[in-house]
Amino acid sequence: MHNTPQSNKWPLWFDPRHRKMGSWAFILNRITAIGLTVYLCMHLIVLSKLAMGPEAYDSFIALAKKPAVIIGEMFVIAGAIIHGLNGIRITITSFGFGVRYQKPIFIGLMVIAGAAIFLFGYKIFSEL
Amino acid sequence: MSEPKWLVDFQILRQHPGDKPHFKIYPLEVDPEENVLDAIERIWAKKDRTLTFRHACHHSTCGVCGMRVNGVEKLTCITAIKSVTKNGGIVRVEPLRNFTVLSDLVVDMGPFFRHMGETRFNSVAPVGYASLPFEPDPTNSIPLERLVDCIECGLCISACPAATTNAEYSGPAALAAIQLMLTQNFSPDLMALADHDNGAWRCHSAFECSEVCPSNVDPAWRIMNLRRRVVAHRFKSLFKFPKQEKQHA
Repeated sequence: MHNTPQSNKWPLWFDPRHRKMGSWAFILNRITAIGLTVYLCMHLIVLSKLAMGPEAYDSFIALAKKPAVIIGEMFVIAGAIIHGLNGIRITITSFGFGVRYQKPIFIGLMVIAGAAIFLFGYKIFSEL
Repeated sequence: MSEPKWLVDFQILRQHPGDKPHFKIYPLEVDPEENVLDAIERIWAKKDRTLTFRHACHHSTCGVCGMRVNGVEKLTCITAIKSVTKNGGIVRVEPLRNFTVLSDLVVDMGPFFRHMGETRFNSVAPVGYASLPFEPDPTNSIPLERLVDCIECGLCISACPAATTNAEYSGPAALAAIQLMLTQNFSPDLMALADHDNGAWRCHSAFECSEVCPSNVDPAWRIMNLRRRVVAHRFKSLFKFPKQEKQHA
């Protein structure tokens, strides 16, 4: 019947309805992980342009300076900060420390993430 | 003076083997203080005798009436209607997730009980072990035993995202049981059950099990404590060398 556990039900991992803060952190970690993995693949493809000569690489650098790409980079920075800080929380709790305080830890780390993302954004966009 | 009655639409997910699941709506006049299970029983008694659901003790001891009420796992026998809806509102009732549905709101608890059985879970334990370490000890160190908290309702499995995609996962209740048993006595086979990719390491730290647990088991805390024990056991085993057998002439 329809709600039996099955490996093809992974989209339900991303359904935040009726769930609490631990699940939001779980969803956020997966979204940022997918984003960072996609970015890593793109990064390796771009690096491979080095083997195609200076013209190919220079044309990419010109593209990378466009605002749309910089906004994309901003998402990468945000994803890395959120994923990294949330990972610290998961590591701490996975060793049995602070489990009862996982919600305040998450809130605190996300406040730090928000401040760091704002600072990075200010720095990047003020130099445009 | 008693509170005026509310008119509430109960949307119940109906499904029988071979049929497509669908919601059937039952408008019902209820006392807002009533529990959801009371309303479901009245729907069965007065509106639809084909509706199937489980119920027994009506006071959160047997653990059989677990369902999803407006998307959240609840023991319906202790869930007041006024806590989940308003006058003129909707109460959506669905079976637990991550279990095979047998009929309407009845799910197959067999795999869950098999996992619990593997843990050799004893429902009576010394107070010091049955209680969580941060709970006050009411006995003042008098050696007493008590019933452990888990009522084996399965709400934790339903809420767990890891259990959604993996039917082999032991699940929060069984892992909490292993933690409780290991706290009392070390057992290599229980440690092996915990230190397994479908054991403590399958948990993805969503902490939903503790959010929905109606019985203060705090499975998430116990799973994390279990991980610490597993890591400590692995670390200690690094320094254990196999005993050399004496050579006989």
